[in-house]
Amino acid sequence: MSSFVEGREQDDLAHQAADDALVAITGKLDRFRGESRFTTWAYKFVMLEVSVKLGRHYWRNPPVPMGEDAWDRIPDRFGAGPAELAESRELAAALRRAVTEVLTERQRRVFVAIVVDGVPLDALVAELGSTRNALYKIMFDARGKIRAYLVAHGYLDPDGGVP
Amino acid sequence: MSGWQAFGEFLRTDPRDVGCERATEVLDIYVDVVIAYGAEAAGRRFPGVAAHLRACGPCGEDFDGLLAAVTGTMS
Repeated sequence: MSSFVEGREQDDLAHQAADDALVAITGKLDRFRGESRFTTWAYKFVMLEVSVKLGRHYWRNPPVPMGEDAWDRIPDRFGAGPAELAESRELAAALRRAVTEVLTERQRRVFVAIVVDGVPLDALVAELGSTRNALYKIMFDARGKIRAYLVAHGYLDPDGGVP
Repeated sequence: MSGWQAFGEFLRTDPRDVGCERATEVLDIYVDVVIAYGAEAAGRRFPGVAAHLRACGPCGEDFDGLLAAVTGTMS
């Protein structure tokens, strides 16, 4: 289970997830078609309940927002080392321009929350009252647009390499 | 892999990617195929799901968790 939940809180969350999963499984029993083992099918609902619970739980004690510094830390999160400092600054600046210029308002909000502020996808689902699938689709489209922008401006090769 | 390359990989999208909803629908079947025949066989049977699990962190974690739960390797 995620590291931002520990101790008794983690136990409580696990029990709640198990209880809710049992309700979900009981309600869906007639949909089990035997395409997988029953235990695998049932455990899936436990996993999904845990993910939903963790997403909601994130907002009980969210990390302090880093503000403007968050943009500069993106290269670190993608493994850029000290030797890549100049390149990292360039990356952060190019990304910021792409986010501003090519994304819709909705795409910008979701992309910034997840990539810049580091909000887990399931936590954003809980905050926006959306679904994981809907936010993933927004991110999917945003990733494609930003990649196209970075390729068009010479920051990435079309095959994914670095020029 | 440099920061640029890693970021480029993150931005890369696979047109076969089926999204979270479809991946979740068949996740139990996918996991059982992985257990019985291996990850490559699961990827051949469900290429769009395999593409999604590579790109979506939360669904990838659900896959890892489900696989660990049913194989008894969860800590």
